[in-house]
Amino acid sequence: MAGSNIEKITAPRWLLAELTYRCPLQCGFCSNPLDFSRYKQELDTEDWVRVFQQAREIGAVQLGLSGGEPLVRQDLEVLVGEARQMGYYTNLITSTLGMNEQRLEKLQKAGLDHIQVSFQAPEEVLNDQIAGASSFLHKKRMTQAIKAAGLPVVLNIVIHKGNIDKMRDILEMCIELNVDYVELASAQYYGYALKNRDLLLPSKEQLERAEAIAHEYQEKLKGGMKIFYIIPDYYEKRPKPCMNGWGSMFLTVDPEGLAQPCHSAKLIPDIEFPNVKDHDIRSIWYDSPAFNHYRGYGWMKEPCASCDEKEKDFGGCRCQAYLLTGDADATDPVCEKSADHGLIEDAVACAGQASSNAQVFLRNRFNSEKIG
Amino acid sequence: MTERLSVQSIPKLKSLFRMQWEPAQDAHVLLYPEGMITLNDSASEILQLCDGKQDVLQLIAKLEAKFPAAGSLEADILEFLEEASANGWIEY
Repeated sequence: MAGSNIEKITAPRWLLAELTYRCPLQCGFCSNPLDFSRYKQELDTEDWVRVFQQAREIGAVQLGLSGGEPLVRQDLEVLVGEARQMGYYTNLITSTLGMNEQRLEKLQKAGLDHIQVSFQAPEEVLNDQIAGASSFLHKKRMTQAIKAAGLPVVLNIVIHKGNIDKMRDILEMCIELNVDYVELASAQYYGYALKNRDLLLPSKEQLERAEAIAHEYQEKLKGGMKIFYIIPDYYEKRPKPCMNGWGSMFLTVDPEGLAQPCHSAKLIPDIEFPNVKDHDIRSIWYDSPAFNHYRGYGWMKEPCASCDEKEKDFGGCRCQAYLLTGDADATDPVCEKSADHGLIEDAVACAGQASSNAQVFLRNRFNSEKIG
Repeated sequence: MTERLSVQSIPKLKSLFRMQWEPAQDAHVLLYPEGMITLNDSASEILQLCDGKQDVLQLIAKLEAKFPAAGSLEADILEFLEEASANGWIEY
């Protein structure tokens, strides 16, 4: 019985509720599964409230309400209210499409703590082109409304080849909107982003220029707006400590109730992820084979097994190892010690060479049904 | 925030943060967008009094009354508040 491991397993801190995969935007770097259009049996309000309660009981305190676009869910206000009463810090992760002043007021009354607004670019034409939807002006107006209502705003912008050269304009826009934090989140190559990688991965020169500008603003704004810049792991020498370790603090539940240690994990074959409709969160977190699969270090092969950095990065990302090497137990190829590191070097060499008439494969129902 | 922190300052937890007791951590925590800071006992005692209603002098008097064995707390409290302000947790 895996229950005897309870003392060694840390409590979850984060619950990411992917309420829906429906979304009015079509961003080509979306991390949702390629076949997102298959997900039609969304959990209902009661299911989600039960999940929130059970996760809270075993220690989760940060709740991310995400998607897709969570505002598509008409019960969002109810979910926020219930979660807030349980003591969660509630984070709404949104494009703001589907929000208006009345809905914002209802969300705030329900106790919403913070809104993370995504932008695609610092100007209308480029933003709407990347998003595949007219959205820039609405986002700007709603961001101003959220700030005026007194709610904290984190502005998140996924950084890639198509917008990285606008770094200065991006940061000026953030200052103009007076947001609290800025997350410059380099595209991570899963889902649609992996499919579009050659069009998204910036060159080293682009990255260095953008980083210098971000650092300049970090210095200039010290004590005020905080800027977090997450650079693409493809340019790192060591892999990221993905999720701070499998099943160590992070729990995701997808729109149909599948529980996973991260939002991509279900792409790994041969692991059967438990559904919150069949199991309670405590048994999922502590006892399920899926959540115990990559806990600890026993699963590691070389070069991870004998590496003195394994407790720092946990061998990197299992999903990335699987997507790039076909083996989810392998060392994340981002690591220079990985025998498959050449895959990353090839991708980096390709960055900047994509043919100019190539088109981003947009995340939409049509494309999803075509390849899903 | 041009003024330096003094005993007359009235500190207040910034609206970005929420403080609460977390049984799972067996501690008070500061919650903020996508993050959490676990507080030690003295930090939580001080921050609980950063309510925008009392100045640092009152805050010191309250804590010295609560913990008489601790002696003078002024230097420690001022040092902590300066750090909390540099971290962006409080305003005054």
